[in-house]
Amino acid sequence: MWIELGHFALVLALFVAAGQAFFGLVGAAKQRLDWLPLVRASVLVQTLLTLFAGATLINAFVRNDFSVGYVADHSNSMLPMFYRVAALWGAHEGSLLLWITILALWTVAVRARMHRLPPLFAARVLGVLGLISVGFLLFTLTTSNPFLRLLPPAVDGADLNPLLQDFALAVHPPILYTGYVGFSVTFAFACAALLEGRRDHVWARWMRPWTVMSWAFLSCGIALGSWWAYYELGWGGYWFWDPVENASFMPWLTGTALIHSLAVTDKRGLFKSWTLLLAIGAFSLSLIGTFLVRSGVLVSVHSFAADPARGIFILAFLVVLIGGALALYAWRAPLLQSEAGFALLSRESFLLFNNILLVVATLVVLGGTLAPLIAETLRLGTLSVGPPYFGPAFMVPMLPALVLLGVGFHASWKRGGLQVTSRMLGVVAGVAVLLSVAILLAGYGSRKPLAYVGSALALWIIGSSLIQPIQSLRRGLRMPASVVGMTVAHIGVGLFVLGATLVESASIERDVAMKTGVSVELGGYTYRYTGGEAIEGPNYDGFRAHVTVSRGTRTVAVLAPEKRRYWVTNSVMTEAGIGAAWNRDLFVALGEDVGDGAWSLRLQYRPLIRFIWLGALIMALGGIITLRDERYRRGAQA
Amino acid sequence: MNRFLWPLIAFALLMVVMVVGLNNADRKGIIRSPLIGQPAPVFDAPDLLDPSARVTSAQLLGGWHLVNVWGTWCVECRAEHATLLAISREGKMPVIGLDWKDSDEDAKVWLQQLGNPYQHVGADRDGRIAIDWGVYGAPESFLVDPSGTVRQKRTGAMSEELWSRCFLPYLSEPQPKIPADCT
Repeated sequence: MWIELGHFALVLALFVAAGQAFFGLVGAAKQRLDWLPLVRASVLVQTLLTLFAGATLINAFVRNDFSVGYVADHSNSMLPMFYRVAALWGAHEGSLLLWITILALWTVAVRARMHRLPPLFAARVLGVLGLISVGFLLFTLTTSNPFLRLLPPAVDGADLNPLLQDFALAVHPPILYTGYVGFSVTFAFACAALLEGRRDHVWARWMRPWTVMSWAFLSCGIALGSWWAYYELGWGGYWFWDPVENASFMPWLTGTALIHSLAVTDKRGLFKSWTLLLAIGAFSLSLIGTFLVRSGVLVSVHSFAADPARGIFILAFLVVLIGGALALYAWRAPLLQSEAGFALLSRESFLLFNNILLVVATLVVLGGTLAPLIAETLRLGTLSVGPPYFGPAFMVPMLPALVLLGVGFHASWKRGGLQVTSRMLGVVAGVAVLLSVAILLAGYGSRKPLAYVGSALALWIIGSSLIQPIQSLRRGLRMPASVVGMTVAHIGVGLFVLGATLVESASIERDVAMKTGVSVELGGYTYRYTGGEAIEGPNYDGFRAHVTVSRGTRTVAVLAPEKRRYWVTNSVMTEAGIGAAWNRDLFVALGEDVGDGAWSLRLQYRPLIRFIWLGALIMALGGIITLRDERYRRGAQA
Repeated sequence: MNRFLWPLIAFALLMVVMVVGLNNADRKGIIRSPLIGQPAPVFDAPDLLDPSARVTSAQLLGGWHLVNVWGTWCVECRAEHATLLAISREGKMPVIGLDWKDSDEDAKVWLQQLGNPYQHVGADRDGRIAIDWGVYGAPESFLVDPSGTVRQKRTGAMSEELWSRCFLPYLSEPQPKIPADCT
């Protein structure tokens, strides 16, 4: 019965969201301040209804109610409790419900802080968010309903995909979606500004904290997803340029550009129309990503159940929402002329370059992702685009961006000129180059030119971003939170680049067949296979091998890679054995039983791989720190 | 021209690409078994119910057969069992079972309790035969013609509706027009 109530609550939520959109948008157009309480009330009611609907579905999972089709398809009575809850977003229907719930929570957060906004502007923001809710609720209820009963009920469930039975995977969708969906708030602010026909740029300050918050969540979500792929997919890669990954990466790149252009708009009133376009773009790319992943248009290893009916719905929704927003933009953006100018070597110029390069990077990813579709449209046959394109093409805009980043920090606003001497920058650059050569030659013996370029750039960024904090500390000055956050975020960029460079250029891997007692040398480490045993888990059985890794006479890691067979789906999964340290991972994946007591094993040595995820988390942390800045803590008034 | 129109135009072009992609999507979603049109993989398995006999791919020659991969551990197989019994009673072709990674005892009990739709059941105890057949989840069913060629495949439970819409047309015409959603 609960599931019917949940279903009903979601239907009600659709009507309430429609009310929210109507009272917000029409009310603002008619200048009806007295409708504002209706908008506020519908936001609250819609959120409560959505949360209730989600709770009934979780309840069905927890209680193993296999009369609910979605539960029967994606859970099983043997599935541990934690994954039964996480199974909610383990597939298309439930993950849409998660999306809707997170959108509702963001909307409530906007509502809680709307007293800082002019009332009619807030009404428009909430109205646009209501419109997005209507779209997603309609989509869920008409094409992807998780509340349908299965008659007759299944005896037991078909089980959650074993790939998804993992901690990082269970927690990363909510974090990732919080980022994705957060851009809908940014989008709503941009639409509200355009709808009002504002000529000023106060909206930039209102928009900034929401954008940074969403971006930080998105960064963490992508990092977690990448970490999961690394240890769970079993072959030690951390990024595959898969359509689903690109779908999260494109909004991230655009969001990064947006954060920087918002800084210019907020501080100097420039780039107003460009910033609004990026705000629309970041959310549009989130939606387009959703379309690509869930319509069956692109084939992906992450594939969601593909259904053309769903594709048609999302496509129509895209046309209405994004097409509408872009038409609004074409109509209203001409109002937003900026008079102020800026010098060539000013902060504005550097941020302009940053934006151009990040947008080019987004287009590189978008182009590669869509290339198979475009080839199909032009009847050029099937085309598959992978890392050989993405890797080099992505570096073309990113390398200059990283070089400029180190200088851009120190450029002054408006009139231009550097706040530090060029000698100082020269010293930092020189130290970065020498240090990277020393590290690579002494530690890794790498000869690849890109390794030197990458690590020198990474050290250049870290060094350059530390100049200002060190000077401030020396003079006993207090740095505003925005500067601290910016510094931290850019150090994160440097750490990420360093990690990615070394993993790409100095990793070592080898596939070997090993019997008990056999040792293999790899990258200065000795891997010794000491035997294995059969294992049994709550819903799987399998084999676990024991590999002792030593360096000289010292044992540095005892690894236990596993091969599991999940009973219900009868699928085989590998669990890699990973010996992690701050400066390297030792990675062992179990292959096949090659007979005669021997197993094939994949041994890998990956230097500094932790820096990749650490760098992303530090970027996100930097973003969060900037939110502490006083500017956002004061109430804004139009 | 208003330069602020460009984003809208770019978006419109993007939508055109998406529409074309969507039109072709149904052809990509289907996992066509590479086996279709190929000779059925050769196998030689012990007969589950008769210890002295073997079940082999040679027995598939000379008539239409439905090869069904199942196991007692598979919930969906229980769901499709009634359909298999109906197909067997219908008598258009015998059903050959491949009992996949299963215990012989469990399988025998299952057939006693639920009824036996199979003419023969081969015991694929270690799953080697299923690998040759490209099976990635039970149940799967393969339609094999009198020349021993695989003509159609179903991944997941068989239903009466699928049987008559996606499989039976092959018996009456050499190249039947099969609805696109038959997988």
